[in-house]
Amino acid sequence: MTDAARRPAGELEAEVLAALWAARSPLTPPQVQQSLGGTLARTTVATILARLHGKGAVIRSRAGRAYVYTPAVEDEAALTARRMHTELEKGDDRSGVLARFVSRLTPDDEQVLRGLLARAEEPESRQ
Amino acid sequence: MTWAVWAPLLAPLLAVPSARRLADLLPPRAAALLLAATATLLAVLSAGALAMLTTAGLLRLPLIAGLARMSATDMRRSTPVILPIGALAALTLGVAAVALLRTAQRHRVDLLRAADTAERHGGAGDLTVLPDPGADAYALPGLPGRPGRVVVTAGMLRGLNAREREVLLAHERAHLKCRHHILIILTDLASCLDPALRGLRKPLAFHLERWADESAAQTVGDRRLTAQAIGRAALAASAAPALPRPAMALAASTGPVPRRVAALLAAEQPRTQRSSRLRTTRPAAAVAALLTGCVLSSGVCALDAATDLHATIEAAQGALPTREGHGHAHHPVPHGMYPPPQRGAT
Repeated sequence: MTDAARRPAGELEAEVLAALWAARSPLTPPQVQQSLGGTLARTTVATILARLHGKGAVIRSRAGRAYVYTPAVEDEAALTARRMHTELEKGDDRSGVLARFVSRLTPDDEQVLRGLLARAEEPESRQ
Repeated sequence: MTWAVWAPLLAPLLAVPSARRLADLLPPRAAALLLAATATLLAVLSAGALAMLTTAGLLRLPLIAGLARMSATDMRRSTPVILPIGALAALTLGVAAVALLRTAQRHRVDLLRAADTAERHGGAGDLTVLPDPGADAYALPGLPGRPGRVVVTAGMLRGLNAREREVLLAHERAHLKCRHHILIILTDLASCLDPALRGLRKPLAFHLERWADESAAQTVGDRRLTAQAIGRAALAASAAPALPRPAMALAASTGPVPRRVAALLAAEQPRTQRSSRLRTTRPAAAVAALLTGCVLSSGVCALDAATDLHATIEAAQGALPTREGHGHAHHPVPHGMYPPPQRGAT
């Protein structure tokens, strides 16, 4: 259980928005709470969703008796795969000043990495 | 001028490998700071040495010596710097200055372009999500009047679970909070001044990632989860590349990602031998001594060369009878070094 109350509001908003983006379909508030691993109280999630909606970061629609939420994407139809690609390319940095989360893997790297992850997932086998 | 002026130019040959070696033995934060500081310090010293060689060489030309109101013959007698070396130093300095400006401009363009992209897409808190199916994530440093942001693609978010996303956000926030881009920019600019320092850039990038990894592991309180998040993100990125990277970016032979993951997993196990710490301390101390010696002697030599050049210039100025006394305001000269100004003389 993370101490949600003591974390900055911006961090919680970011986490909820990330959860909505990670889901491929609209989510109800309980589904959002679940997809966050249950670390936030239901009321906290509801408050954050309302705040995100107020800011226009998410879209709210009715599904039966409940509200469902999706991330707001400006003019979805215009975002063809090609355009998305160029959008990202504009954020590309040849100077390397943007610290990227992960760099490219060589085929060898990929093999080593899969081995490391497989071993990490079954810690008992090491003993 | 003494031969000491060459020391700062040669120092990187020994200092770069020892800094890299020492960085590998240090914790990530200390390693990154060490690499950036070494790069910056050595770059300043070697640029200073080049400037001194340029000055000493050019002052052998009667025309330029005349402009500085000193005797070119005297300069020639007292410094071993020949004119071609001075000219070469001047050229190198010029090329370095151009490279410096171009690199600074490239950084600026990249930052502004990335900021522009982030601004046009939705987000909340400090997160911007790019609606791209490819997997990518980076920290966009804050600019004056604009706080830093974590930029992540939809594809990356979909490749991770909730806790792994927490790791990703914590990692990028660590980059932003500790202002890692400043160390990157400093080291990049340093290697423009002295290309021999270029070898510090890759290790710096690696240790900055390790620093952010450790910071994220502390935030989420789980090293194995952190390792897993990095590994899964890298695999997601290689399965769905966000953009075609230039061929050069692909050429990295030993990938940093497996090393980062291995470092997190290795430290998770209880320390089996207390002596392992001892075993790394001694080589670390030796390499640290070597590096310190290298940087220190480079600094001392630069200082020595500067003092010497200054004295030589003063002596050469003294060798010529000055026509105007107020030409030397910026070279305070000890009493009796040159004839007193003859104000009334024509």
